[in-house]
Amino acid sequence: MRFRFTQTAIDTAEARRELLDLGAGGYVSFEGWVRDHNEGQEVTRLEYEAFQELAVKEGERIVADALRRFPVKHALCIHRVGTLGLNDMAVWVGVSSAHRGEAFEACRFIIDEVKHRVPIWKKEHYRSGDSGWVNCERCAAAPGHAHEHEHHDEPAALTIHK
Amino acid sequence: MQLKIQYYALMREQAGLSEETIETSSVTPADLYGELTARYGFTLAREQLKVAVNSEFSEWSRRLAAGDAVVFIPPVAGG
Repeated sequence: MRFRFTQTAIDTAEARRELLDLGAGGYVSFEGWVRDHNEGQEVTRLEYEAFQELAVKEGERIVADALRRFPVKHALCIHRVGTLGLNDMAVWVGVSSAHRGEAFEACRFIIDEVKHRVPIWKKEHYRSGDSGWVNCERCAAAPGHAHEHEHHDEPAALTIHK
Repeated sequence: MQLKIQYYALMREQAGLSEETIETSSVTPADLYGELTARYGFTLAREQLKVAVNSEFSEWSRRLAAGDAVVFIPPVAGG
């Protein structure tokens, strides 16, 4: 399985071993962490939930797309579900390849596509005591624009768009 | 016909349950979303959602069959 979920901390040392290849000259990884703020609110913890049956299929398709598009050796993505505290790792992507350029590109491609396509949701809990489902609640009044906000300080420096 | 519906995230909270089997005369997922919004007051517009039937993404206009499992997919936020 090149995309999977875990209820417990992601073991990056173990995950990295799955990418080893005698023809690989290196590997690139991305870790998404829980940070203490989002859109002006102080975040204290997150809850991740997934429609796992479809999410695993879509995640596998993304990694397969990456392996077709970029000449890399191996790729793997692991996403955590459940309750996460600050600095916990929510997602890990790793790619090994002969040369670094395509490993960076494939890693970026996978995390971007996972954020846009895989049915995973996160609920933020705030210091104020409020909570909210990201992309669902503040946008409820703006149909069709739910995915068009810029999240400038996303760990991956991504734009969540259509 | 009977359909199995699963709810996630905001929609799970708004419906107050994570799954149910319902008897419905809705023909398509689009009809079904209208019916369930009338029942549960979902705040998301259909245009914001995707829909899955039997664990695969589906068109809103697909004709549902008895026993289908339907999941409405609110805007995702992985990573």
